[in-house]
Amino acid sequence: MRKLLFPVFSLLVLASLVLAACGTPAAGTPVTVEVTRIVTAEGPATGVETPTTGGETPAATAAPVAGGERLQAVLDRGQVICGVHGTFQGFGFVESDGSWTGFDVDFCRAWAAALFNDANAVEFRGLSAQERFTALQSGEVDVLARNSTWTWARDVELGLTFGPVTFYDGQAIMARRDIVSDASAGLDALEGANVCVQSGTTTELNLADQFRAAGVNYTPVVFEDQNAAFQAYDEGRCDAITSDRSQLATQGQAVLQNYADHVILDVVMSKEPLAPAVAQGDDKWADVIHWVVYGMIQAEELGITSENVDEFLTSEDPVIRRLLGVEGELGAMLGLSNDFIYRVIKLVGNYGEVYDRNLSTFNLARGQNELWTNGGLMYAPPFR
Amino acid sequence: MNISALWRDIRFLKILAQIAFIIVLALAASYLYFNVTTNLARQGLTMGYGFMRNPASFDIGESYIPYQPSDSYGRALLVGLVNTLVVSALGIVLTTVVGVLAGVARLSSNWLINRFAAAYVGLIRNTPLLLQLMFWYFGVILQLPGVRQAIELPGPIFLTQRGIYLTWAEGTAAFPAWRVYILIAFISIFVIWFALRSARKRATLPLSPWWNLAYLLIPMLIIGIGALIQPEPPLRPFRPELTGLNFRGGLRLTPEFAALLFGLVTYTGAFIAEIVRAGIQAVARGQVEAARSLGLTTGQTLRLIVFPQALRIMIPPVTSQYLNLAKNSSLAIAIGYPDLFSIAGTTHNQTGAAIEIITIMMLSYLSISLFTSLLMNIYNKRVQLVER
Repeated sequence: MRKLLFPVFSLLVLASLVLAACGTPAAGTPVTVEVTRIVTAEGPATGVETPTTGGETPAATAAPVAGGERLQAVLDRGQVICGVHGTFQGFGFVESDGSWTGFDVDFCRAWAAALFNDANAVEFRGLSAQERFTALQSGEVDVLARNSTWTWARDVELGLTFGPVTFYDGQAIMARRDIVSDASAGLDALEGANVCVQSGTTTELNLADQFRAAGVNYTPVVFEDQNAAFQAYDEGRCDAITSDRSQLATQGQAVLQNYADHVILDVVMSKEPLAPAVAQGDDKWADVIHWVVYGMIQAEELGITSENVDEFLTSEDPVIRRLLGVEGELGAMLGLSNDFIYRVIKLVGNYGEVYDRNLSTFNLARGQNELWTNGGLMYAPPFR
Repeated sequence: MNISALWRDIRFLKILAQIAFIIVLALAASYLYFNVTTNLARQGLTMGYGFMRNPASFDIGESYIPYQPSDSYGRALLVGLVNTLVVSALGIVLTTVVGVLAGVARLSSNWLINRFAAAYVGLIRNTPLLLQLMFWYFGVILQLPGVRQAIELPGPIFLTQRGIYLTWAEGTAAFPAWRVYILIAFISIFVIWFALRSARKRATLPLSPWWNLAYLLIPMLIIGIGALIQPEPPLRPFRPELTGLNFRGGLRLTPEFAALLFGLVTYTGAFIAEIVRAGIQAVARGQVEAARSLGLTTGQTLRLIVFPQALRIMIPPVTSQYLNLAKNSSLAIAIGYPDLFSIAGTTHNQTGAAIEIITIMMLSYLSISLFTSLLMNIYNKRVQLVER
């Protein structure tokens, strides 16, 4: 017994010394911090990697050239880890055969296509509304495409960088026809109503703001899961349900027993620009996310689709040639292949194709999501 | 002093082990702390509880303290904490009743009661609580008829999918005056107890048991005098009535609260039933036989011989069931009851203060648990056998 104690002690002391060696530098010199991040949690690519900044890269001297480590980490891994919604038909949904479909899901595929010339080099993570930003902050996912509203607080307080808006949405409210006669009714028709809402969303805040502003009394019934909220509404627990207009339309048609018994009010309760997001502090990675989306919008504007993209390769138009990487070094400047937009269009499609593929079945009109040339808000900066 | 002798000194080694352990603990804690702060700093985030004073600007469906969206996050979290405490406290009381009844029923010689209790315990104990909560909420309460077709039970109690409306009592104008009479009547019970005790000490012969009637008669006399002064009754029934779209009046249990309370009570009750059964069966058979041979009735045997001894065995495991109930109430988030966990989740999402919120939640549940076990430990000490 006594003989055993000594080796145990030595081990303990040794362990504490090792810990001390790891722990102290972090306190003294914050510039050369060793950051350990768990990047993946499942799959064969699992690994803990320790990207070190400051030592050999010139980042320590030139502050503006920040980051790039996330892009490198993704390239090394050979896969994009994309945080999406798992149970939202039309945006992010796991089909019964296990495949992922949806508007947001297709953007994840587009990034994978741009990086690896393989639209399936994506690992999808289904995230709840509450988990999503923490997953991004902690580095569990590379990018979040989960119908998330771009707000000041999320951009600044949560330390995120939002990408270009992929879907302009607005909060709406849906009620039963026996309570609200037609869509033109105002919020005051819902005096004293119970309203189902999902927790952890901007919707929850707008609901409070709008009803307070209109001086209408109501009782919120808050669910963690959007489907639970819809189910409770369908069972009659609530008189109305509020969410983004796109969600009410898609989920309403997918989940409610009789969609015709319900009416979505015309009242627009908020602006909800839905955009992909990445963690703040890696501009290079954010640029990749942004420009792939812009490329898809630009391609639609130029009439380039997944079917005819090959014909455009021989085009004389310098705008098209630069976009598809036939001419210029645009991709290389980002650290990608020059034809990265070509790959995206070929393998996934342009913005309009992605929209139609996922949302046309729900009769969601393009509206504000039309190209600027058609009176919408979709507008890509020039590729030059 | 000889160094090698020191290494053989078991006291010294023990102290050294403690010191080494503390060092390791402190280093691990500081490593975690610096890892968190550097990672936060790297993303330009700061830690702190300043956000607690910011307006929450979300609404909460049910609250026992005044709350509006312009109140602070701190206030919102307090609302959640109170909601958790209410459902836990009520749950603990009700689950004790259910558990004891089911536990005794398990030992009943009546075949039907016995089998029924066994089926209840077997079914409830072996399925996940989350599933049961979903069942009670979506499968039972939301399937009740709408407000206009409410099921009316005597009382009246109305069962609707918008909630369960109970007839309740409300104070009349005379209530404040009545409070004084009731207080005096209550105090008189203590006075009688003291008076009888000192009388017993002085008397050589045991007092006639008829004296115990004083406990009943004197408070009734006081209340009777009160009724003469103040003829209006203190309380009147407060019945729910259908006005417009909803019931008004009475006591309303929201569907979420009702489902959560019902789920927690039946679930924990099944565990307590088994503890009660085991506790009773653990009392030596000879004790019961001895009681019977002394001529005690079955009821007296249970009340005077079996229960006091079974209680000693039951209290520690029942305490942990109480703690489980309080902690399980956090599953409320699945069925929309705004408990602490649900509101903390929303706050986390709106402010992004993950570490702060999780710390608050951990401390809150920890304090609830520690306080519950403190009370139960005090009780446990009182019923423990005093061994000499």
